[in-house]
Amino acid sequence: MAMDSAPVESTAPGERQSSETLGSLARGRIEDLRVAAAIQAGDEKAFLGLVERHHKAMVRLAGAYVPPGAAEEVTQEAWIGVLKGLHKFEGRSSLKAWIFRILINCAQFRGSREARAIPFSALEGDSPEAAVAKERFLDADHPRWPGHWASYPAPWSEDRLLSKETLAVIAKAMDGLPQAQREVMRLRDVEEWTSAEVCEALEISEANQRVLLHRARAKVRQALEPYVSGGTR
Amino acid sequence: MTNGSTPDLACKEVVELVTEYLEQTLSHNERTRFEQHLAICGGCKEYLREIRSTIDLSRKLSQGALAPNVRDELLTLFRKWKAG
Repeated sequence: MAMDSAPVESTAPGERQSSETLGSLARGRIEDLRVAAAIQAGDEKAFLGLVERHHKAMVRLAGAYVPPGAAEEVTQEAWIGVLKGLHKFEGRSSLKAWIFRILINCAQFRGSREARAIPFSALEGDSPEAAVAKERFLDADHPRWPGHWASYPAPWSEDRLLSKETLAVIAKAMDGLPQAQREVMRLRDVEEWTSAEVCEALEISEANQRVLLHRARAKVRQALEPYVSGGTR
Repeated sequence: MTNGSTPDLACKEVVELVTEYLEQTLSHNERTRFEQHLAICGGCKEYLREIRSTIDLSRKLSQGALAPNVRDELLTLFRKWKAG
């Protein structure tokens, strides 16, 4: 398990590694160690805090490896693994990434027993996909504007964006994504994880994560387009 | 927009750079070209805005509180572990 790699190292451009980021990272790790110690001392509130924060996302992620009916059970197994292994947590990765690594190990193990053992990195085909359909652009041999918009995307309506139907559309669009894209977008955009956290938990490279996120967001945008176009700008 | 010293990015290329732009992983030079393109292209500016709206909207899918029975099951599991 690659649990010891410090996420800061994988954060690209140097300018982003400000002392503030490092400071908040250190504070996060100290808090993680405090929570881990409290749970080991039997603090139910500290344990329930973790459960409230992560359980649902864990069940969803487990569902990428095992049949839907088994996801809840696998997640409970993972919690047992977390409790049993907590004394070994040293704060070298975030507690969140550490917990999700245990979950993924449990889910992969169960998945292999049920013949669905697929490494996360293999869940994605390599076929290049365009973020926007090529028909939306002028041809490469267009005399004046090769590769530019044939017509601009229409502005989105704020009212429609805020409607319940739109939320249903986005939920459906995300469910319809290929598995790896779906999980990356869920963790990044729904659960608001950082890219370093996602890479650490899923054991994928920054570049791979970015490609998955890029494809996922582009497809979801495309699915939303017909519902929310028609605003004014 | 085609007369600059470096060739202008085509919109088709810009939409593929949006995630790297938002992740701040473009090189300084790429970032400048990207932003220069946005400054003159309403279509790409709109596309970026729509990707941002998509991200904001997906945030709202974050699920609320845990079902009480799941919470109770996990608490039981915790107490068993504690009793060792």
